[in-house]
Amino acid sequence: MTPVAAPVPPATPSAAMIRTLALVATVCGVLIVTAYQGTLTAVTANKRVALERAVFKVIPGAVTMREFVATSAGVVPAEGPTPAGGLRFHAAYDRAGALLGVAAEAAATGYADVVRVLYAWSPERQAITGFGVIAHRETPGIGDKIITDAAFLKNFEALDASLSEDMKTLANAIRAVPRGSKRNPWEIDAIAGATVTCKAVGRGINDSASRMLPLLMPELDKLRGDAGTAAGEGATP
Amino acid sequence: MTSRIELRAAPHVSKGASVERIMFNVVVALLPICAFAVVQYGLSALALIVTTTLTCMASERLFNRLAGRPAALSDWSAAITGLLLALTLPPAFPLWMAAVAGFVAIALGKALFGGIGYNVFNPALVGRAFVQAAFPAAITTWVPAYYDGRFTAFIPTTLTAPLMTPPNLSEWVGRHAVDGFTGATPMARWKFENQIAEVGDFLSGMATASVGETSAPLILICGLFLAVRGFLDWRIPVAVLGSAMLLALVFHLADPGRYPPPVFVLLSGGLVLGAVFMATDMATSPVTPLGVWLYGALIGALTVVIRYFGGLTEGVMYAILIGNALAPLLDQLTPPRVFGQARGGLRDHFRRKPETRP
Amino acid sequence: MIPGRQEPTRFEEFMEGIWKQNPVFVMVLGMCPALAVTVSAVNALAMGLATTFVLLGSTLLVSLMRKWVPREVRIATYIVIIATFVTVVDYLIAAISLALYEALGAFIQLIVVNCIILGRAEAHASRNPPGRALINATGMGIGFTIGLFALGSVREILGAGKLFGVALFGPEFQPWVIMVLPPGGFFVLGAWLLLFNWLKTRGAASGKPAEANVHA
Repeated sequence: MTPVAAPVPPATPSAAMIRTLALVATVCGVLIVTAYQGTLTAVTANKRVALERAVFKVIPGAVTMREFVATSAGVVPAEGPTPAGGLRFHAAYDRAGALLGVAAEAAATGYADVVRVLYAWSPERQAITGFGVIAHRETPGIGDKIITDAAFLKNFEALDASLSEDMKTLANAIRAVPRGSKRNPWEIDAIAGATVTCKAVGRGINDSASRMLPLLMPELDKLRGDAGTAAGEGATP
Repeated sequence: MTSRIELRAAPHVSKGASVERIMFNVVVALLPICAFAVVQYGLSALALIVTTTLTCMASERLFNRLAGRPAALSDWSAAITGLLLALTLPPAFPLWMAAVAGFVAIALGKALFGGIGYNVFNPALVGRAFVQAAFPAAITTWVPAYYDGRFTAFIPTTLTAPLMTPPNLSEWVGRHAVDGFTGATPMARWKFENQIAEVGDFLSGMATASVGETSAPLILICGLFLAVRGFLDWRIPVAVLGSAMLLALVFHLADPGRYPPPVFVLLSGGLVLGAVFMATDMATSPVTPLGVWLYGALIGALTVVIRYFGGLTEGVMYAILIGNALAPLLDQLTPPRVFGQARGGLRDHFRRKPETRP
Repeated sequence: MIPGRQEPTRFEEFMEGIWKQNPVFVMVLGMCPALAVTVSAVNALAMGLATTFVLLGSTLLVSLMRKWVPREVRIATYIVIIATFVTVVDYLIAAISLALYEALGAFIQLIVVNCIILGRAEAHASRNPPGRALINATGMGIGFTIGLFALGSVREILGAGKLFGVALFGPEFQPWVIMVLPPGGFFVLGAWLLLFNWLKTRGAASGKPAEANVHA
């Protein structure tokens, strides 16, 4: 709006510059803190609701949940950052406070990028009983069929995940097999044309389950024992 | 090398090859390939070829009119774009998607750059690249060749209503499948299932592929026709196929269990079609002798690299598009030596010694 | 400014960003969010509104402080102010909708480097009183939002067959996957620019050069 070549004004003393910057920084700091405080409760509530919605979707019937960390030293309620080597998972309970299942995140590299999924494991049936996609960047129309393809999702109604005799790992590695060649309960029947994505899902679940379940199995009572208290504090309005 | 320098006295009158004549000959050379495709895939292939050709010609006319250019001259070139585009599409491709491809080929690949002669990329491949990204499922749906009743009925997906999803073909394929049909191209089968198709399948057109990519010998014969008549730079296909084979051979020798023999790379997919008819597009390939060889070699090598290490099963299309993009640069780097003058360009780049001249 | 031309009216100030100097279609600024988040109409609107909020907030502060900010540290001051409002809007979006927050991803934080905002602070807000600066910033923000919405709606219609999540063509619609991928963003932006330039040249050719060659 004004001519570009304005005459150069005399240099400003440093004190004035520092004063201005300090003033600006103060005003801005106050603004940020106010915004943070004002939105904190809503943001935390949003995050919890989103997580619960995802967990409750893979474990139907669940109404409350608690977060735990499985480490080589045992299972402890999750507080603060996850310790090194620890695996975070969520235990979900029904209205009476009985343990329904465990949900954990699995991830593996698919066709385009990492595919992150949430799977549910049922201690009674020793099987994976639910599946949901958290994030993916697979080709729309092909790789993203893992979210909708009914035949594929049927794999996760009862995907065998029982432990081996020595309780150190899975009895049979979970893996995806080409469409139509599923012979065993621990195999995932892949979607034709989206084999790479399906294999990533199988690999991710296998990695996560084979590391987490051996830590989890001996401590199952801990999850059940806490159920009574969990129902009270984990519930969201 | 075929290039000659003719020295004559004025007046310089030459009939030469007009654009129309070259283009007409290319159309003639493409017709046998189209005919063979119709024999294999019947009505659907015919409808596909007609659709893309008409869409391309109509788009060309529309854009020429919008730009105020005469329309008559370049109609054959639009027809070639349409024919080539159809040959790179799978036989069951819905016609409305083919029409989108044809329009994009001319609009985005040609008209935006200023029409015939100014396009940077091969228009047919621009159209195919667009629909490949837009409709990844439809463009990887394959049907068996020589199925019964192909001259009386369309493949169900061909007549999908515009903007709609084509119906699932697996049931139809199940009824029409010839023994051994897998629903995946030989490249895909090698990549994901580690199976290598028989050479005989490629020669007879039995291999699963796009409309015009099934018979390498036929494509080569048609190319030879053009090359003999001087309408096609034979060095480009030779360089493309040669470098692809050489690189494939190197990989095969290094690890025969993992990489297929070179003949497989040569015959499967659209490498031959691309090398003969698309890489040789005059507007999008280099003109200097050394540049032409480099361009061809680059396309061949890129094809193999994309096929072996890329996410896609087929690499010819992107290899040629990348080659097109580099063509002007190759021309600049490789100017031929002018008689009586110092060398310039690439050779000079690598030979930095001060020249002492008498 | 052309000598002898008087101060633009308030209406002209407002319309500047919407038409004559539209950030997306004329200035081609802020392309990073314009291409990345416009896969749906809702995302595009949210991004446009978030940017408008930051633009208004920073314009107001910059304009209020324009007399006290020394020339040497003005850019540093502007960036601190802009970053503040970006942080605020980041919290606000997370509080309003987590799904939207995740869809917009890093591009909310990246509003801070959106050239429109620093550009307006430097070129307009620092030289005009708050009222005038706010009017101009509102126009710019609306113009940017319109631009993003034009991209986002086309991409959502072709890429998903929907507009604001409502299916337009029924369940059988075949999505044009490329439209929700980055190349689709470039194609649609290119097509809009083509249309705008065509309209402009046509307007100039039909003997209405009135506004065409006045540079603000």
